Amino acid sequence: MPNQAGVALALDSITVTFSARGAGGRTYTAVGDTTLKIATGEFVSIVGPTGCGKSTLLNVAAGLLEPSSGSVRVLGAPLAGLNRDAGYMFQADALLPWLSARANVELGLKYRGVAAAEVHERAQQWLGRIGLAAHGERYPHQLSGGMKKRVALAQMLILDPKILLMDEPFSALDIQTRQLMENELLELWSADRKSVVFITHDLEEAIALSDRVVVLSAGPATRPIGEFVIDLPRPRDVNEIRLTPRFVELHTQIWHAMKDEVLKGYAQTQRADAEHA
Amino acid sequence: MAASRKREMRVTRGRLALYHTLLLGAVFVVWHLMTNPLLVSAEFAQNTAFFFGKPLVVLERVWDWFASGKIYEHLLVTLAETLLAFGFGTALGLGVGLWLALSPTASALADPYIKAMNAMPRVILAPIFAVWFGLGILSKVALGITLVFFIVFFNVYQGVREVSPVVLNNARMLGAGAGQLLRTVYVPSAMSWVFSSLHTSVGMAFVGAVVGEYLGAARGVGYLILQAEGAFDINTVFAGIVVLTAFALALDAAVSVLENRLLVWRPAQGETEPL
Ligand SMILES: Nc1ncnc2c1ncn2[C@@H]1O[C@H](COP(=O)(O)OP(=O)(O)OP(=O)(O)O)[C@@H](O)[C@H]1O
Ligand SMILES: [Mg+2]
Repeated sequence: MPNQAGVALALDSITVTFSARGAGGRTYTAVGDTTLKIATGEFVSIVGPTGCGKSTLLNVAAGLLEPSSGSVRVLGAPLAGLNRDAGYMFQADALLPWLSARANVELGLKYRGVAAAEVHERAQQWLGRIGLAAHGERYPHQLSGGMKKRVALAQMLILDPKILLMDEPFSALDIQTRQLMENELLELWSADRKSVVFITHDLEEAIALSDRVVVLSAGPATRPIGEFVIDLPRPRDVNEIRLTPRFVELHTQIWHAMKDEVLKGYAQTQRADAEHA
Repeated sequence: MAASRKREMRVTRGRLALYHTLLLGAVFVVWHLMTNPLLVSAEFAQNTAFFFGKPLVVLERVWDWFASGKIYEHLLVTLAETLLAFGFGTALGLGVGLWLALSPTASALADPYIKAMNAMPRVILAPIFAVWFGLGILSKVALGITLVFFIVFFNVYQGVREVSPVVLNNARMLGAGAGQLLRTVYVPSAMSWVFSSLHTSVGMAFVGAVVGEYLGAARGVGYLILQAEGAFDINTVFAGIVVLTAFALALDAAVSVLENRLLVWRPAQGETEPL
């Protein structure tokens, strides 16, 4: 048995099959036999084509979705119910629309019964850190898409979770803001080395941020088809690191693997379709 | 471009108010002419006056009521009945709506009864309530509650069902317990639906109060109308209707103010300030 203490999150042979309800009477296997281990303090990015099952996998890791088979272990213990050690930044808008930005950031602490004065102080700190100190009283519909993402980030991080599950957190941002936030995230992460599962469409983003990049196949029955250790030195500046030769080398390597595998996966689905017809 | 359109809107709104007043004035003038033997025959005028009353007499009656202060007691009773029915009906609808929406078993069990009670013309309960609770304020409040309850209930039910699953999951991941989920997610979502039906439910509470009074009471504006009707005093009946209408409009305006206060978090279109 491998050393369990060093593993923050372990997905073991996870399969997720959605029931047929309202899907033309056919079940759909989104994730097929996926095994994935995230070490403590490791930053892992997951990339894969759209609709392949990345969010589904993250929901399983969060304990929001029961896998059809397979097991999840969090910090060595089997997961039952919600993953209390994880913070989850959702792909879709998840802020409570009836609460102001400040109240949204404060929410998790309030749920935990932290004293009001401390809640207020910590929320104020976080609002400052995400550059929204002056906009705390605004409601989500009065914030831009990027501001909402930043509030969601603060809402998650204020609870100081050991594991961060982030589902395409920055994909809605313009490139400058995005790089700013990426650097901010790296800085926060390097301060106390949380374990991060970071989902993205963007291979460059994945390489720039991560210790390891996991490539998923196209659906159905998605599984990891490649793992790449990113041995770029830290601390990194996401903007500068993109220009280094090693980055370009890794990018080319992963890109080729991805293309081959994705084409393979694509051919497979085509064959399956042909057999079905 | 947008600013100029806004200015245009403001001009037309001022003009619209003028037209509204003119139209109302015209109706009164026609009413007056049809009930006075100036343009029409004396017999015709007498007939229309019998059926529709005379506008000047109606207005005089309204004026008398307010000048003598006689109306306030009745208005106050009607207002109290309306507010009580609205308050209790909303609380009840909220409680039962939340309970049934969050408990599938209870909801499955209650479903046919809720449907039946909603389909029933509930005004017919007024005489029964009069027997149960007497001719005082209680029977009117009870009738109002049955009317308000269903509107609120269905809106709460819908509000809970429409909670975004992502928002719900987010709150759960942030550590919300069952009670906290109820307070921070389900109730606010349900309340936004309840508020959007505020006009209807206040209106219904008002209908309950007036109909209840009309069917038997010792006080209230509905009672005044009933009394006048018994004496074939058509002018007083119309005066009562005018007062009730003005009252309903005032109530509706108050609801609008409340609504704007409570739903600040809801996106509205075009919240720009013209320069
Ligand atoms: N509740 C569900 N019932 C049935 N099928 C579902 C359900 N949720 C997701 N799916 C299917 O599972 C597959 C994977 O969905 P998922 O949301 O995980 O994709 P994704 O990789 O996150 O995509 P994207 O990058 O576009 O966010 C999709 O084909 C989707 O249609
Ligand atoms: Mg997704």
